[in-house]
Amino acid sequence: MTSHKDEPIITEADWSLHQKGEQDQRRHMEKVKEAIKQNLPDIVSEEEIMTTDGNNIVKIPIRSLDEYKIRYNANQQQHIGQGDGDSQVGDVVARDADATADGEMGENAGDQPGEDVYETEISLTDIEEALFEELALPNLQQKDESELTITDIEFNDVRKKGLTGNIDKKRTILSALRRNSRDGKPTIAPIHDDDLRFKTWNDVIQYESKAVVLALMDTSGSMGPFEKKLSRSFFFWMTRFLRTKYDHVEIVYIAHHTRAKVVTEDEFFHKGESGGTICSSAYRTALSLIEEKYHPHIYNIYPFHFSDGDNLSSDNKNCLTLVHELMKVSAIFGYGEINAYRRYSTLMSAYRQIDHPKFLHYILRRKQDVYHALTHFFKDRAID
Amino acid sequence: MSLNKQLHYAIDQITEIAKGYGLDFYPMRYEICPPEIIYTFGAYGMPTRFTHWSFGKQYHKMKLHYDIGLSKIYELVINSNPCYAFLLNSNSLIQNKLIIAHVLAHSDFFKNNYYFSQTRQDMVESMAQTSERIARYEQKYGKEKVEATLDAVISIQEHIDPSIIFTQQSVTKQEQGPIKRVDNYEDLSEDNQQIIPQSTEPKIDIDNNKDLLLCIAEHSRFLDDWQRDIVMMLREEMLYFWPQLKTKIMNEGWASYWHQTIMRDLPLTSDETVEFAKLHASVVQPSTTSLNPYYLGLKLFEDIEATYNHPTGEMIRQGIKPGSGRAKIFEIRELESDISFIRNYATKKFMTKEDMYIFQKQNEHYVISDQDYEHVKQQLVQQLVNGGFPTILIKDIDYLRNGELYLYHQYEGTELDVIYLEKVLTYLYTLWGRSIHIETVIEEKSVAFTFDGNKQIKRAIYR
Repeated sequence: MTSHKDEPIITEADWSLHQKGEQDQRRHMEKVKEAIKQNLPDIVSEEEIMTTDGNNIVKIPIRSLDEYKIRYNANQQQHIGQGDGDSQVGDVVARDADATADGEMGENAGDQPGEDVYETEISLTDIEEALFEELALPNLQQKDESELTITDIEFNDVRKKGLTGNIDKKRTILSALRRNSRDGKPTIAPIHDDDLRFKTWNDVIQYESKAVVLALMDTSGSMGPFEKKLSRSFFFWMTRFLRTKYDHVEIVYIAHHTRAKVVTEDEFFHKGESGGTICSSAYRTALSLIEEKYHPHIYNIYPFHFSDGDNLSSDNKNCLTLVHELMKVSAIFGYGEINAYRRYSTLMSAYRQIDHPKFLHYILRRKQDVYHALTHFFKDRAID
Repeated sequence: MSLNKQLHYAIDQITEIAKGYGLDFYPMRYEICPPEIIYTFGAYGMPTRFTHWSFGKQYHKMKLHYDIGLSKIYELVINSNPCYAFLLNSNSLIQNKLIIAHVLAHSDFFKNNYYFSQTRQDMVESMAQTSERIARYEQKYGKEKVEATLDAVISIQEHIDPSIIFTQQSVTKQEQGPIKRVDNYEDLSEDNQQIIPQSTEPKIDIDNNKDLLLCIAEHSRFLDDWQRDIVMMLREEMLYFWPQLKTKIMNEGWASYWHQTIMRDLPLTSDETVEFAKLHASVVQPSTTSLNPYYLGLKLFEDIEATYNHPTGEMIRQGIKPGSGRAKIFEIRELESDISFIRNYATKKFMTKEDMYIFQKQNEHYVISDQDYEHVKQQLVQQLVNGGFPTILIKDIDYLRNGELYLYHQYEGTELDVIYLEKVLTYLYTLWGRSIHIETVIEEKSVAFTFDGNKQIKRAIYR
C-alpha cells in the first residue's frame, strides 16, 4: 500500500488571472513596433505591401527581433530525416520554404533551415503609424478659402444646464454641500435643481488649407521595372499618407512619355506605357490644370515628378522654363530621379542649374531610398 | 459516472498498471488547464518564470498555431517532486488515458535516469523566487536595464558546463554534507562557494572550460552584483533544463513506449481504440525532414527489447538470457543519454529499417545526400553533442593583458552563422565590458571575430 501522500491529486484551478504570456507578448509587440521604426527604409520598399488591398496584414522580415545565439550556419548544416523505406540519394525531401529545422523537433512548424530573419506579421496601420508620424506637407500656407475641420471635442466647460448623461457628480455634490452648509446643515442631501452641474464640450476646430498634389510619372520605355517599382512605391505611400493625414488634399495623377495625360489612380499604378520621353508635356498638362481648376489663391499646389532622367535633350530647355513657372504657383516642386547606376542624366544635368528654395530633388539609387525620398520631400518646412 | 469521476478512476487504474510494470515515479499532481495556460507553461517551461519578451513571443506563436489548428499540446509535465502534469481541459477521456500513461513514464524517467540525479527537485519554487527577484531588480534598476541584461545573458545561456555539478558533488558531499539549497539567495558570493571550490581547493580551470556564464559571473570586472546574480540564476535554470535537452529522444521514446504498452492493457471499445490509434499515430509519426524523438526513441526501445528477448548465439555466449528485453530497456533508461543511446544501440539493421538519411540544402531544395548508416549515425550523434549548440571554450580572460575575453569555437566541420555570431559578440560585450574575441573556422581557414565596443573586426589567424 502506498502512503497517503503519494496518492495522485487532481485539481482544476481558476487560471483567469494568470496572464503572464499575454503580458510578455505585449512587451514583444512593443519591440516589434520599435523595430518597425528602425527598419522603415526596408519595410517601405517591400513590394508585397503595394499588392495588398490596404487592409491586409503583411509579413515582413525584421532582423532585430531575432533571439540571437551562437549557432550553425544553416545553409551548411546537414539534417537527418526518415523515409518510408525506399528513399534514394538525390531525392528531394523539401523545398526551401517547407523543411523544418531539426533540433526543433517540429515544435515550430514553418521554421525552415536557413531562415535567419524573424518574420512578423504586422498590419499596414502599424507601419503607417510609424511612417506618417514623421511626414508633413511642406510650406503649407493659409489660403483664402480654408476648410473648417472639427477634429475633436473637448469636455472643458461646466454649466448649470446640460444633458443628464454628462452630469458632473463631484461638482454637483460640492455645490449642494456648500448651499446646505450655508443653511446650517452641512449635508449633501437635499440636492436642488439649482445645484446640478453639467460637463459640456467645445468643438476643437482646425483650419486646414486646401491642397492639391500633382503626381507626375514618367512611363516611357526607358523606365525599367526597378524604376517603375520605386516611383509607384513612392506615390503609393504618398497617396496613403495624404489620405490618412489630410482631409482636404486632392491628388491628380499624370502619366507621361512623349505626351502626357491625366489618368485614374488605378491606371496610374497598374498600367505600363512605352515610347520616348518628353517631360515638358507633363509640366504643360500640370500648368493647364492649375489654370483651370486649382487656383493658387485657393490651393497649395505640390507637383512631384518622378523619372529616370532620360529626357529628350532638346526638351530640357523647355523643362527648365516650365519648372520655374510651376514654382511660381506651387508650394514646392519635387523631382525624384531613379538612377541606380549613376548614369548620365540629361534632365538632372539641366536641373542642377536651378537654385531656388522651392526646388527639391532626390536621387534614388536603392529601394530603401523610397523612404528617404518620402522624408526628404514631406518635411515640415517653410519657404519664403 | 461523471467525467471527473471517470478521470479519477482511469488515473487510479493506469497508476496501478504502471506500478505493476515496475515504473517508479514521483507522487503525481494532475492539473486540468485551459489552452492559454498550457501554452504559457509550454513557452516558459515552468508555471512561474521570470518575465521576458521572448517568452511572450514564443507563447503567442504556440497559441496561434493552436488557434488555427496547426499544432496542439495535450500535456506538459514538470520534472519535480511531486511531479506536476498539466492536462488540456479539452482532452477527451481516452486522450487523457494515453497522456496519463505517458506522463507516468516521464516521471519515472526523471526519477531514475542518471543525468537527472543532480537536478533540483524544488525548481518550481526556485524559479518562482528567481522571477520575484528579477521583478525586484526591475523596480530598483529599471525595466530597460534588466531587459538589456536578460537579452545578453539569454543569448549565451546554453553555454554552461553541467559536468561541474557531477564532479563538484563528490567534493561537497564529503566535506560539507549535502549541497546547500540556494533558494534563499542570500549573498551571491556564498552561492558561488558551493560551485567554485575555495582557494585551497584546485580552482576550476578557466582554460578550455565551456561554462561561459560561470566565467562571466566570476570574472567580469564590469557587472554590478545584481547582474551577476541574474547570470547565476539563469545558469541555475539552464542546469535544470540541460538533462531534458540531453535525453529528449530517450525520454519521449520511453514515455511513448509505455503509453503504448499500458493502453494495450486497458479494456477499450472499438471507438476508443480508433481514437487512441489516431492520437498515438499523430504523436509517433516519422518525418522526412526532421527527427521525431517520440518515434525514433520508441522504435529504438522496441528494437532493443526484441533483440534482447531473442538473443543471437553470440549474445548468449556473452551471458545474455532470452527474454531479458524488458530488463535491458529499464537498465538503459537509467544509464544512458541520447548520445550513448544512439551510439550503443542504433545498429546497421535498425538504421536501414528506419530508412534514415542525411539531407542538405542544394540550391532551392533539400536533397538526400547520404544514406550510409555509419555517416548518418555519426551525423546524428554529432548534432546531439552539447545539446546541439556549438561548443565554445574559454581560452583567455585576460587577453593581451588587457582584460579582454578570448573564446574558441571547437570546429567540427560546420561553420557558425556569422551574422548571429557578431550580434552575440555585442551582447557579450555588454556583460564583459572589454573587447571580445572568438576564434573559429570559415572556409577552412582560422579566423577571429572581434567586437571592441564600436566595430566588428574579422581577421585571419596564421599559425
